[in-house]
Amino acid sequence: MIDKAGDPLVTDRTGLNAHLVVERPAFRLDLTVEVADGEVVALLGPNGAGKTTALRALAGLTGLTGGGILLGGRDLTRVPVERRAIGMVFQDYLLFPHMSALDNVAFGPRCQGASKAQARRTARAWLDRVGLGEHADAPPGRLSGGQAQRVALARALAVEPRLLLLDEPLAALDAHTRLTVRAELRRHLAEFAGATVIVTHDPLDAMVLADRLVVIEAGSVVQSGTAAEVARRPRTDYVARLVGLNLYRGEASGHAVQVGDIVFNVSEHLAGPVFVAFPPTAVSLFRSRPDGTPRNLWEARIDGIERHGDNARVHLDGPIPASADITQAALAELDLQPGRRIWASVKATETHAYPA
Amino acid sequence: MTPSATFHRSRPRPAVGRAPWALVIPAALGLAFLVLPLAGLLVRAPWSTLPSRLAEPHVLEALRLSLVTATIATAICILLGVPLAWVLARTSFPGRRVVRALVTVPLVLPPVVGGVALLLVLGRRGLVGQWLDSTFGITLPFTTAGVVVAEAFVAMPFLVISVEGALRAADPRYDEAAATLGAGRWTVFRRVTLPLVAPGIAAGAVLCWARALGEFGATITFAGNFPGQTQTMPLAVYLALETEPEAAIVLSLVLLAVSVIILASLRDRWVNSP
Repeated sequence: MIDKAGDPLVTDRTGLNAHLVVERPAFRLDLTVEVADGEVVALLGPNGAGKTTALRALAGLTGLTGGGILLGGRDLTRVPVERRAIGMVFQDYLLFPHMSALDNVAFGPRCQGASKAQARRTARAWLDRVGLGEHADAPPGRLSGGQAQRVALARALAVEPRLLLLDEPLAALDAHTRLTVRAELRRHLAEFAGATVIVTHDPLDAMVLADRLVVIEAGSVVQSGTAAEVARRPRTDYVARLVGLNLYRGEASGHAVQVGDIVFNVSEHLAGPVFVAFPPTAVSLFRSRPDGTPRNLWEARIDGIERHGDNARVHLDGPIPASADITQAALAELDLQPGRRIWASVKATETHAYPA
Repeated sequence: MTPSATFHRSRPRPAVGRAPWALVIPAALGLAFLVLPLAGLLVRAPWSTLPSRLAEPHVLEALRLSLVTATIATAICILLGVPLAWVLARTSFPGRRVVRALVTVPLVLPPVVGGVALLLVLGRRGLVGQWLDSTFGITLPFTTAGVVVAEAFVAMPFLVISVEGALRAADPRYDEAAATLGAGRWTVFRRVTLPLVAPGIAAGAVLCWARALGEFGATITFAGNFPGQTQTMPLAVYLALETEPEAAIVLSLVLLAVSVIILASLRDRWVNSP
């Protein structure tokens, strides 16, 4: 069976099914990404995790050393970039500086064989859709960051791609613009019928824009799922930090979990290797050892204190590293200073344990 | 007046003090060395007889020939040199460094040697010239076409180096963006790469044209010195110097004027160096 583009249809699968392997001297990317049509998946990870490499591999800008890419059942593995039916929004947009906004958007349709007039009509419709109709003749240099981002999105969508790739689409924007552009981007992504992959290192962008998160560290997937699932059950320190939780690995037997020298009382009944997670707000600090239960209690050294919203976040060193959020009043009352020794405890009801 | 206003109004002074004499004096000497000969040309020019000398047919003929051949040579350099620069800047192949070095050889080669080399290859008995002559009946040496070949040979490296520099400075990710939009490599080159490096091509073309206009050694060796056919302005200047020094000055002035006018008019528009 041969489709219009002349490439064999391998399966009747829809959406994106990709197994990306890119090997470099000191780096190996090996991950599987599946995105349904209409679904938005965010690749989230620290710098150097391989997110952008994965995106470039999907686009065909970086060659695969193994694996393959299926898009709507069509094997794209050996298809050159320009015939992949993808749309890509680059981090710094890369709008062609010698063309007007309109001609930037018309570039794709023109390459697909539309007449000049037809391509410009398509481009104008897209610019209207992203609310930039009146800036059609502006050169990219005269557009604001938010406007340039919308032109870049219109340019990518104007080729009617089956796969939309966005590389840190909001990273170049200031905090205020980011808010409005993020909301707009979410609306456009919801209207897009094909599969979407977003690369970001900002958990908020990922959670607002994506239906599902795929967390990448050192070239492989460490965790995936909906934002709520990932936030509730982080599996690595990176994810725990992203969602603002203290995370530990321990051995469970019943309601007790041994983490190093400390025993945590948890509400779940588990056995074997588990994760224990709790938010910094669940940690209480005491100047002297409190009476009562010896569980969920440890002596720590204060490593640092920083402002965190209306509260203060206290970084604790000691048998386990942890963060504790306390009010400014409590901070003053406890007379906390870096280097000071302190007792920390967590209520069993506020911990969350799950199998590792 | 507030103290801060006084501060802002005071003349800005360079933080590191004034330029040392050890640098200023050689700099002034260098400038004088470059400018004085041209000033001498202006001082010694026979201004009274200038109009009549300029109107002499052989002067106009040499000027026309120079302008036409330099322009055609530049066109050839652009047609062949821009793709060559692209290959050097945007592709990688074994021996790329060697090719790059080869391209710059005519820059350092004495032009007379270049002329001799052209004769050996394109001359009537040359390696390629023989075949051109027998197959197409084309003879290059000692013709106007030969002038163009000699000028292009000497001037092309200027264009290639300038355009290659521009291509290296241009962000290749624009090419990638164009490719994701469905543009094949030729379309990418034509609609994205080329417009982005247009200023570099213009700058290279100006350098190339100026070099072709002043070409002497390779031209006289390969194309000879026939008035109206291969006698360009530099050749006419050299010939006139032996018989009629005043005419040589006039011809030199014309060359100087043409060069300065072209460079000045293009500099603001295309060569955006500070």
